[in-house]
Amino acid sequence: MSITATQTASPDARDAYVSRVEAARGRSIEPAWLTSRRAAAAQTLQAEGFPTTRDEEFRYTNVSPIAAQAYPAADVPPARASLDALRAEATVPGLDAHEIVFVNGRFAPELSAIDGLPAGVRLANLASSIGADGALIESLWGKAIKFHMKGFTALNTALAHDGAVLVVDPEVVVERPIHFVFLSSAPAAFGAHVRNLVRIGHHAQVRIVESYVGEAGQEYFTNAITEVIGADESKVEYCRVQRESKAAHHVSGTHLHLGRGAVFASESVSLGGAIVRNDVNAVLDAEGISCTVNGLYLVDGDRLVDNHTTIDHAKPRCESHELYKGILDDRGKGVFNGKIFVREDAQKTDAKQTNKIMLLSDDATIDTKPQLEIFADDVKCTHGATIGQLDETQKFYLKSRGIGEEHARAILLHAFAADIVERIEVEALRTHLERLLLERLPID
Amino acid sequence: MLQITNLQARVDDKPILKGINLTVRAGEVHAIMGPNGSGKSTLAHVLAGKGGYEVTGGSVDFDGKDLLELDPEERAREGVFLAFQYPVEIPGVSNSYFLKAALNAVRKHRGESDVDAIEFIKMVKAKMKLLKMDQAFLSRSVNQGFSGGEKKRNEIFQMAVLEPRLALLDETDSGLDIDALKIVAEGVNALRSPERATVLVTHYQRLLNYIVPDFVHVLSDGKIVRSGGKELAHELEAKGYGWLEQEAVARA
Repeated sequence: MSITATQTASPDARDAYVSRVEAARGRSIEPAWLTSRRAAAAQTLQAEGFPTTRDEEFRYTNVSPIAAQAYPAADVPPARASLDALRAEATVPGLDAHEIVFVNGRFAPELSAIDGLPAGVRLANLASSIGADGALIESLWGKAIKFHMKGFTALNTALAHDGAVLVVDPEVVVERPIHFVFLSSAPAAFGAHVRNLVRIGHHAQVRIVESYVGEAGQEYFTNAITEVIGADESKVEYCRVQRESKAAHHVSGTHLHLGRGAVFASESVSLGGAIVRNDVNAVLDAEGISCTVNGLYLVDGDRLVDNHTTIDHAKPRCESHELYKGILDDRGKGVFNGKIFVREDAQKTDAKQTNKIMLLSDDATIDTKPQLEIFADDVKCTHGATIGQLDETQKFYLKSRGIGEEHARAILLHAFAADIVERIEVEALRTHLERLLLERLPID
Repeated sequence: MLQITNLQARVDDKPILKGINLTVRAGEVHAIMGPNGSGKSTLAHVLAGKGGYEVTGGSVDFDGKDLLELDPEERAREGVFLAFQYPVEIPGVSNSYFLKAALNAVRKHRGESDVDAIEFIKMVKAKMKLLKMDQAFLSRSVNQGFSGGEKKRNEIFQMAVLEPRLALLDETDSGLDIDALKIVAEGVNALRSPERATVLVTHYQRLLNYIVPDFVHVLSDGKIVRSGGKELAHELEAKGYGWLEQEAVARA
């Protein structure tokens, strides 16, 4: 048997990305620890490449349109008019927040409002913090990441230069929400790799909103990682609002590492994007943690939204609640995979996972999969998925009061989605999202 | 107002209503009593147009209209109201939105314009007072997290807002303590008028101490086996429903 050794090019853009990292190394003024992490990440990327549908974690999500090209960074800033329009679009009326704004993945100080932070709160951009506070960044970067997303996590580590850094000192209760805003608009397709690093001290409390808004029709690729370390007894509400352009791809990893008695509640709302993949990974590595992970996704056209969650119960007496709801129309595709690990030590775990889907067209599809791996014996774990139609009992109730069939359907569909939005504690954001929902799912 | 003639209905292949005849005139209150499984709730459901029942015979005339031909929402707009035995929770839909949508649907049917927002709030608040309801209730989701008593009060409150011509009350007394029962009964009584008819479906005579009916009918095995005045309810209370079965056996 003879083997023809032909050097074939990689089926994806890994080579181009890796050479970009190598080229940057020569000019780098970054600290040595970061340079070596980037090099290691580039090696990982080179070795593993991007996932294909042969990978279990991407079986239903074909990311080849993203992986095929090495998106360049956006070199030309957006036109003033587009930027102003985008800034307005991303504004949450009535939200009185400390805001840090990024345009195409780069910090935009002129659009940000990070003055007047209360004592004990540090909010800055990553690029400046790497130089100014290298030891802090080194201690946070990668700390919360236990589960990698093939290719994309390494790509982010290799290329992320900016993002938000938020550090809240112990026992500080931050009154106003903190808003990370990512705007996308450029003359040509581009890629933005952002890394947000958050550390909340023990007994501290904060509400974080992370928004992604893109100019309609703009093609780009957002590859975002947010790492949150919540110390003992900290309380965090984290809302993620994804309103990318419908021509854009969005891949994100939200990584949580929580301390004893920490309370973490999150809502992820996905309204935009062409191919969207959101991973939420929570490591509950101390006792008595409460972790809530909720999500809503609206998918129409030929779009795809994939939500993967992993809740790793490593210690006893933690609870996790997970509710994801999706509305799929046209040829829209939804994917949900919910992993719950209950480790041997994690007795008295209380884990609940629900995925509810509404299919509005015959061509819309959903692949939903709960995945529970339980190694402890005294635990309560439930999971359920419903794919379906509107509740006939509810519909009859509305009709029995004179409300017509069409109107009743619209009301119930809207209510199905509003159920997630109503759980958001930041009132201005809740009201804003309710209004956006009304535009997408009108009831009158 | 309501003329039910030889009404027959079944669920799957099981006949439940086996020839109901009943005439209800405007201004009257009728109580329909009977043991569990006699078809009381089925009758209320069939009149309101709930799915899952197949009408196999007979007719229902509502002020000259063939009620059975109408969709549930059309019946409601014509003035039929069903107070549910088990009111439905609808998370994500506020009570105020729900009520306004229902009221406007009824008004539109009558050729009236949408209710004015300020008028609506005024009217709603007045009716809430009648049923001793907390105003915070308006912004809450329909029936979500309500106690049994609150749900039943909400049914009567909706009825007060929509002002139907024919009210069907399906076991409205079940699950109510005596205080809640009195509030609900007061609400129903306040709505009694010469233009409006009420049909109460109930297992127990208790509710009839507070809402005094003009007529009492006893339903057994899908048929009205006895009709009389309010004293019939007392007789039933004293004797129970057992004698009905004996009569049925005797008839057979």
